[in-house]
Amino acid sequence: MDTLLQVFFNTDIVREVWPFLLKGLAMTVGLSLLVVPLGLAAGLAVALAGTYGARWLRWSTVVYVDFFRAFPPLVLLILIYFGFPFLQIDMPKFLAVALGFTLNTSSYYGEVFRAGLQSIPRGQMEAARSTGLTQRQALTHIVIPQATRNVLPELIGNTLEVIKLTTLASVVALPELLNNARQAQALTYNATPIVLAALMYLALLWPLVRVLSLLEHRAIRMR
Amino acid sequence: MALVTPPEMGTLERIGFSFFNPDVAALYVEPMLRGMGLTVVLGLAVIVTGIALGLVLALLRSRQFRLLNALIVVYADIFRALPPLVVIIVLFFAFPYVDLSMSAFTATWLALSLVLGAFTEEIFWAGILSIPKGQWEAARATGLGPWGAMWHVVLPQALRLTVPPLTNRTIAITKGTALGSVVALHEVLNVASAASSEAGNATPLMMGAVGYLILFIPFVVFGRWVETRFAWKR
Repeated sequence: MDTLLQVFFNTDIVREVWPFLLKGLAMTVGLSLLVVPLGLAAGLAVALAGTYGARWLRWSTVVYVDFFRAFPPLVLLILIYFGFPFLQIDMPKFLAVALGFTLNTSSYYGEVFRAGLQSIPRGQMEAARSTGLTQRQALTHIVIPQATRNVLPELIGNTLEVIKLTTLASVVALPELLNNARQAQALTYNATPIVLAALMYLALLWPLVRVLSLLEHRAIRMR
Repeated sequence: MALVTPPEMGTLERIGFSFFNPDVAALYVEPMLRGMGLTVVLGLAVIVTGIALGLVLALLRSRQFRLLNALIVVYADIFRALPPLVVIIVLFFAFPYVDLSMSAFTATWLALSLVLGAFTEEIFWAGILSIPKGQWEAARATGLGPWGAMWHVVLPQALRLTVPPLTNRTIAITKGTALGSVVALHEVLNVASAASSEAGNATPLMMGAVGYLILFIPFVVFGRWVETRFAWKR
């Protein structure tokens, strides 16, 4: 038991690496705060184009969404990060990572919003239009708010996935939580930093998982 | 061998040379195919064990043993909250410190199976919950035992509801086989990035990207079909 603690939760090492991991956690949170709103906005745009757009636009959104759902995000990230320099495009690391994640996650958010928009009966739009609202007003004030409410659990679920996705940035050595934990592990030759990082991820994400479970089970019971 | 971009090329030529270079591609066809083979084997292994694990846990949960249920919920919560890459790294880099070393394949397979199992357990459980209690009671009244009622009456109905979310989740997690490259598993991405840096050319990366699309586009299209097929039968 003592050796186990020594290896997996060495308090001296915890104290030593704590500030370094916190810095990583701040980067993880910052990256999420950038990618989630970007992904939400792009996803909503994709869903609107896919639901109300002209035929060619609807088809292009299907291709876009399927493409990025089939493409592993890590492959996308590496292609952007290691491929772009061959085009002599120099991109800051943070930007490359944010771009890759936004492309990936906007397709998932897009599918969620599409399901939400399709769950709103046509009559809502027609009634809103007949009161004199323009299509844009009807969308922003009547259709989108209801659609968002209907797919709230899925939106939270995908947001959880985005935050988990940020760990991939460690592969291109962006100093987020997992990256810092692995560096600390290599320096201390001890598993504690990785275990500590795992606990930090749990602390960050478990509340979201609980909320999600509650929402999902309520949805089942209401059916 | 390193191929250096001659400076006098135009943009289009440079893209062709760096990303779609047939000479470079010819060198790496064989290792890429081997990488794809490994990705397929790993993906199938993860799908089988992950879904089986989730189904078994959901069935156990339906028996309502309090302690067991608490354990299942904790397991499902933890592995839905932890990023898969963190699980892989803990298994591969942390466990050797207690003399529990595993190969990159085992670590990736085990990590992704545990994650998929947690998600599918929740999906199956939601499906079972959504079947009205009367179905269960009627089945028991005909003399079926608890497992018989579950197997012959509740589960077949529940499975219909679970197919679309199950397909989507399975696709999302199977794509995680690419994470194996982080622990130097020689699957598509690992082979592709090693080849790219060896050749000093991005063509192998493009080959890897195309490889993934060949593997996963049919999967995604199938998922779309499943969604429309099962959507109206509720």
